[in-house]
Amino acid sequence: MSVLLVLEQSGGKIKKASWEALAAAHRLAPSENITAVVIGGETEALAADAAAHSVSKVIRMEHPLLAQYTSDGFCSALQQLIQDQHPTHIVFPHTYQVRDFAPALACRMGQVLIGDVVEIEEGPRFVRQLMQGRLNGSYRHSGDGPCFVSVQAGAFRAEAREEPQRAQATIERFSPSIDAAQIRTQPGEPFRGSEQTVDLGSAQRIVGVGRGIKAVENLPMVQELATVLGAELAASRPICDNGWLPLERQVGSSGQTVAPKMYLAVGISGAIQHLVGMKGSQCIVAINKDSDAPIFEVADYGIVGDLFEVVPALTEAVKAAKE
Amino acid sequence: MKIVVAIKQVPERDALVRIAANGKEIEERELQWAMNEPDAYALEEALLLKEKSGAVEVIVVSAGPERVGSTIREALAKGADRAIHVVCNHLTGCDALGVARMIAAAIKPENPDLVLTGLQSEDVGMGQTGVILAELLGLPHATMILQVEVIGAGLKVKRELEEGWFQQIELPSPAVLTMQSGGNKLRYATLMGIKRAKSKELRTVNAADAGAEGSSAIVLEQIALPKKQRHTQMLQGSAKEAAAVLVEKLKTEACVL
Repeated sequence: MSVLLVLEQSGGKIKKASWEALAAAHRLAPSENITAVVIGGETEALAADAAAHSVSKVIRMEHPLLAQYTSDGFCSALQQLIQDQHPTHIVFPHTYQVRDFAPALACRMGQVLIGDVVEIEEGPRFVRQLMQGRLNGSYRHSGDGPCFVSVQAGAFRAEAREEPQRAQATIERFSPSIDAAQIRTQPGEPFRGSEQTVDLGSAQRIVGVGRGIKAVENLPMVQELATVLGAELAASRPICDNGWLPLERQVGSSGQTVAPKMYLAVGISGAIQHLVGMKGSQCIVAINKDSDAPIFEVADYGIVGDLFEVVPALTEAVKAAKE
Repeated sequence: MKIVVAIKQVPERDALVRIAANGKEIEERELQWAMNEPDAYALEEALLLKEKSGAVEVIVVSAGPERVGSTIREALAKGADRAIHVVCNHLTGCDALGVARMIAAAIKPENPDLVLTGLQSEDVGMGQTGVILAELLGLPHATMILQVEVIGAGLKVKRELEEGWFQQIELPSPAVLTMQSGGNKLRYATLMGIKRAKSKELRTVNAADAGAEGSSAIVLEQIALPKKQRHTQMLQGSAKEAAAVLVEKLKTEACVL
């Protein structure tokens, strides 16, 4: 087996999710059989960082048209590299960028990406979540051609740099041919949605609220619990989509990633997109009416019940404990 | 302008899902079904574009067995002009490429100016159909879109990035966009809409007749309950009792209060 690991960078630094993908790659092949690729307009520093990790070779794939990400540019360049290197597996971190181009790249080569993988079993079998995390599906790549896999953020422990005495990986260049006419989309500069007024990342305690709250009128009840706990109020996506809380309080893949001492999930079922943003919390408490809700999979303490009864009772209990 | 919206019927959000006896599918008996939420946002965006410019036709397309008809009717009741139902009784046996091939074959003759779909389904959650569809149709695409603006012969869209960042993207039309939830407020079907839907065109095409070849580049071998990631203490009793126990444990056991 030979793995091509596609590293993703942001602001000139390789993302942590890329090192988690390296950990997944090591489940498929030893370091000698892993080649990492860094992509961009200028990749020298990225390649040096990658070469200090446990891979055999780093490929610098540079082109002026790769300086800014486009699906067309990345698909064309990676297809050329794959046809040159013939890896059996291509491993990506499951980022928004990968979700944007990897399905098209796989399709171009007659394959289907096994995306958002949380575990790799013997075979290899790739486990990914179904039904918003309620079930796990075990997938196998069949037929000829390379197998494309992307791994969920946080599912594998990110690999650190090698000890300095270890041999560095060799660095090679690969120059894809890309024509400006192939690039059909014109991406603009990223911008922030709104001014930050709350820093959920530094909160010690967070109370997250989800669909179970039913109406915006019920939010003060949860806010009161957050206040007595000395916690920040946060929410899952539907709450912010409804405009009940500002986007900056959204926890999950499209919002903030948090890891407080305590995360109390109120009426949150625990869709994957939310869990990736909070499952690193030290202590997780879940209150939900549905005992099968995936949030309980990651909870240390769970209460199955009506949040409209449990939340006020909890507020009173916290107050009583303080006295 | 012709807009095609690809929608999927999925189990209702709070439906109790069971694993079928073969261990490879979800038990469909007794399940309630609904329109995949991101697809509902894609439909909403199409209907808003239609309202902004009268010269727009909105066509919904959905692949699946007979039950899918109810979700298609819902889309027609919300305001879509006509629909194509790609009849396929083995949707769970197809991978994302197989499904996209079916939909591509059904919509290609329509020569749409814009194809919209949700960024992912709430059941299988592959999040690939739209991107593969673009590849098969030879069209440019953009994903996780919140807003769509028609400018001249092209489109300007607002794309969601990670951690609260956004980006504008310009691309030529025709194009495929996958829509993120929350960009607009979803409408409900009106009584009049439901009445009108009954007389709207709903064309069924057979997946095989559409000329689409299947794909099984990846195979779902087994479905199982997830392994627990943490040991969970479930606290019993009345709300008051459970709350008291929880506070005690948070103080003395977890030491987080």
